[in-house]
Amino acid sequence: MNFKKPKYEQRFWAYTFLAFPLLLLTVFVFFPIGFAFVVSFYDWNLLIPDKPFVGLSNYIELFQDEVFVKAIKNTIVYTIGVVPTQTFLSLFLAFIMNQKLRGRAFFRTAFYIPAITSSVVTSIIFVWIYSKPGLLNYLLNGAGVESHIDWLTNPSTVLPAIMMLNVWTTSGYFMVSFLAGLQNIPASLYEAAKIDGASQWKQFWKITVPMVRPVTYFVVVMSLIGCFQVFDQIFVMSSGGPDNASTTMSYFVYQNSFKYFRFGFGAASAVVLALLIFTVTAVQKKYFPPDAY
Amino acid sequence: MKAIKIQKILFLGILSLMTLIYIGPFLFSISISFNADKNVFDWPIELIPSDMTLDNYKNVWKDLPFGKWLFNSVFITTVQTISNVFFAALAGFTFARLEFPGRKIIFTLLLSSLMIPGIILLVPKFIVLNELSMINSYGGLILPGLVGVTNIFLMKQFFETIPKDLEQAALIDGCSYFRMFWQIFIPISKPALAAVAIYTFQGSWNEFLWPVIVSYTEDMYTLPLGMASLRHELLTDWPLLMAGTIMISLPTLAIFIIFQRYFVQGVSSSGLKG
Repeated sequence: MNFKKPKYEQRFWAYTFLAFPLLLLTVFVFFPIGFAFVVSFYDWNLLIPDKPFVGLSNYIELFQDEVFVKAIKNTIVYTIGVVPTQTFLSLFLAFIMNQKLRGRAFFRTAFYIPAITSSVVTSIIFVWIYSKPGLLNYLLNGAGVESHIDWLTNPSTVLPAIMMLNVWTTSGYFMVSFLAGLQNIPASLYEAAKIDGASQWKQFWKITVPMVRPVTYFVVVMSLIGCFQVFDQIFVMSSGGPDNASTTMSYFVYQNSFKYFRFGFGAASAVVLALLIFTVTAVQKKYFPPDAY
Repeated sequence: MKAIKIQKILFLGILSLMTLIYIGPFLFSISISFNADKNVFDWPIELIPSDMTLDNYKNVWKDLPFGKWLFNSVFITTVQTISNVFFAALAGFTFARLEFPGRKIIFTLLLSSLMIPGIILLVPKFIVLNELSMINSYGGLILPGLVGVTNIFLMKQFFETIPKDLEQAALIDGCSYFRMFWQIFIPISKPALAAVAIYTFQGSWNEFLWPVIVSYTEDMYTLPLGMASLRHELLTDWPLLMAGTIMISLPTLAIFIIFQRYFVQGVSSSGLKG
């Protein structure tokens, strides 16, 4: 028997329970999605009451803006540098962790700590590490590599330095995702491979990599979305400098929207970034689906 | 067998080296925070400072508006965590157990909103809050983070695993839906509620982008924003800066260490979803 209350009563309680969450999500998620596009067609400045409709001119201005073009370039370099590195590193670490080694729980905790720590904290620590008399140069010189540069004020090193921080921060988190995936691979596969005399290296490429494909898909998507929107580290470590060498698209959105209060222009740049993210994740889904095997 | 032993040693070696890389930076920042010598840039860099002091930790409270920022962070995080847990459970219960027109559409709409990059929402959210005169106020800092779609989704998934027999007796007795939710579903959902609470706490405590945008005056800063704002002013006082950053990391670290299994489980279930 399945007893149920009358329909009207269920309906009443359902809408009552959902009223507050839906109201908030409408005001702060659903409405803003559409409104972002609307604002991007206006010359909308917080400090100027007059807000004329300007059509596509914000978008046209964006692509003529050298800084924006540089921001796109930086964002792509950042993503291409970080996503494969941290995906491979976290899979590799998970593979090692999945061997029956002593102290596994300890290592897992240690690798995860950067991921749960405030981005501001890790950024500040790395400002010290990357400074001229900081830890990185100290270690390099100790290892016999002469190095006296200030990593964050040098246009050619600032972006790679922040990329390294990003890999360091999130690889532990993704490693735990991979570890969960690895533990679902039947041990019999490895046993069969061992009987056939396959080396560890071969087992890694022929069994582990294909079997964790759904997790890889998840990790790459999360990592892509995170990299495309990288902000905290840029804000704290370099403020986009020197000479916009580390201005990413999200930092560009922030700068124009909330430093110069050019909401229309800022919204347009955010729309371009969102479309870029959509395109890349759609391409990934089409050509590298999670369940191709 | 010898090859396996060598490999084990090699693997342990790699893991130990990686541990140094992941933990080392924190050890050095702890070391600097206890350093009595303000000039932390003298080489050789030593992990144990020759002249140790607790003064930096005292001065954080004295020289900075640390107490005020701590209050703001604690207040915002507490309100957002309680609200997220309650409304995620309530909405999750509604989607899992009640039948009403629009249930599927509304839920699909919620899920699809997860695909929207947050960056696109910043300007419109700011304009909305500006119309409500909530810029640089607790309202502006708190309201947008009171309800999270991921949390609703998690709670719905959890409630769907609960057998329906459980509520039959209550329904026959004429118990209201809210009482059923509160007295039957909430008490047996502690693990799921704890997971939602932990995720929300971590996210809210570490949140940076939103406070940067809505807080203008120092008295409305949260701890991460406050420390970030000092990064340029305090470049001469690294021990003080590091003492502050160590203190703001402690709550998230403590929660992580105590509730580790929730993190690992959460990651694994979302990982498999992908």
